[in-house]
Amino acid sequence: MQSHAPRRSGRGLTRGIPAVLSVVSAFLVWELYVHLSGISPLMLPAPSRVLEQIVLNRALLWDNTLPTLKATCAGFALSLTVAFVLSVALDFMPRLRRALFPIFVVSQTLPLVAIAPLVVLWFGFDLTPKVLLVALVTFFPMLVALVDGYSATDTDIESLMRSMGATRGQIFRSARFPSALPYFFAGLRISITYAVVAAIFAEYVGARAGLGIVILNAKNSFRPDLVLAAVVISSALTLGLFALTALIQKLALRWREVAGT
Amino acid sequence: MSVLVMKNVSVTLGGTSILDDVSLHVGQGEFVSILGPSGAGKSTIFRLLTGAVEHDSGQITCNGQPLTAKQQSFAFMPQRDALMPWRRIIDNLTLGLEVQGISREEARARVTPLLADFGLEDFARHYPAQLSGGMRQRAALLRTVVQDRPVLLLDEPFGALDALTRTQMQAWFEKRWRAARWTTLLVTHDVREAVALSDRIFVLSRRPAHVLTEVQVPGPRPRLGRRITPEAHALEAQVLDILLNQTGKAL
Ligand SMILES: Nc1ncnc2c1ncn2[C@@H]1O[C@H](COP(=O)(O)OP(=O)(O)O)[C@@H](O)[C@H]1O
Ligand SMILES: [Mg+2]
Repeated sequence: MQSHAPRRSGRGLTRGIPAVLSVVSAFLVWELYVHLSGISPLMLPAPSRVLEQIVLNRALLWDNTLPTLKATCAGFALSLTVAFVLSVALDFMPRLRRALFPIFVVSQTLPLVAIAPLVVLWFGFDLTPKVLLVALVTFFPMLVALVDGYSATDTDIESLMRSMGATRGQIFRSARFPSALPYFFAGLRISITYAVVAAIFAEYVGARAGLGIVILNAKNSFRPDLVLAAVVISSALTLGLFALTALIQKLALRWREVAGT
Repeated sequence: MSVLVMKNVSVTLGGTSILDDVSLHVGQGEFVSILGPSGAGKSTIFRLLTGAVEHDSGQITCNGQPLTAKQQSFAFMPQRDALMPWRRIIDNLTLGLEVQGISREEARARVTPLLADFGLEDFARHYPAQLSGGMRQRAALLRTVVQDRPVLLLDEPFGALDALTRTQMQAWFEKRWRAARWTTLLVTHDVREAVALSDRIFVLSRRPAHVLTEVQVPGPRPRLGRRITPEAHALEAQVLDILLNQTGKAL
């Protein structure tokens, strides 16, 4: 049968249409349900009301978005640096990998609910505990992606370089690191979706400002519309960061885009 | 004088005997082939020469000196082209020179004049995935020869190509070789290819590999791109017979 499936090469706007349609219709159903059922806005506010709250409270939301964004970015920068440095160390010292990897795995089993209050207790109410918690949550996917990526290097390419007289460092720079990049970006995309949530959670546990504090206060004063307004902002932050990593990936892995044309 | 000499070399990997008492030699400017069935241990000979595996016994000398890691006597072309998919062709071609510590500019300056002879002048800025199989193979060959080592080691360079492209590439390669006269050691399982390209052929047995026979290939060049001579045809039949019966008596 003739297939009318959209071609993979279909680009840009047309490709986004299904996603936009499904999101818009979900919000429409929600809006209609709230109006038709007559449910109290204290239980479930309609999307239009959430939007209204965003506009009304834009100054408050803006002031509290900045600390969250700052914690997210600082934590992510720390985690990226640590993950990269560790991955290189582990790649050059396999014995170190066997010694340290269990510790990293255990670090991922710690429940954030228990760890976050302790970290806040130790480091206080300012930026440090948030940065640490964001880093704790995000570094592991990137570390695993890098370590796996290095070992996925084509052995033929490595033997070729060795036949050319390359040093271990040259092989790492010219073969192992570039091989790991696609894996790294897969890990980065997972990490970035955790980052904002981790920052908000850390603020929720103890902070002076931030979206987590907005959510905490709104919840305590029975304002689900304001809770959801902050949630929308936090989702937008995550989506924005996700789009940014996608863009960087596209630039860094241009050879994958060009290939196959 | 022989550039490369292997004398009574044996290799055992993981308890399996792979090479058993292999002796061969390659002279300056000579084209020598190692012909043998798949899995015989042909690639292992190259892994031995490039230092990826060790031999248990025997001697290997290059220009009279025992093989050492520092010497860098060989430019190796692996069985699969091993082009880096993330590097443009020009940057793949300069890899060996970069490893030697030559600057990127200098390396490019050395490679660029050779692009035309290898049919790559319009593809230097392309990525490997954008090239056909034949072009990739030419790129891998150019990456090998620009290293300017005493001996070329080519592991089944045309093995992965379709029959038509392979024939064209062999004829093209013969032309390039006649112009440059690289000292070449070629690994192949293709009898016709070995007879067409070589000055001498070492025929290997099944694993554990030993040399069944050494064949001199007479006849003027170029041999490809014209009708095959009856002498060449007879030689092919003889070599095939040796491979099939695993005996070295026929010649
Ligand atoms: N590390 C190893 N341990 C045991 N056997 C090996 C090892 N590496 C290669 N071999 C065996 O050596 C034989 C020769 O391999 P290879 O040199 O690649 O053959 P060819 O290139 O002639 O096809 C193969 O049968 C392969 O299974
Ligand atoms: Mg082989």
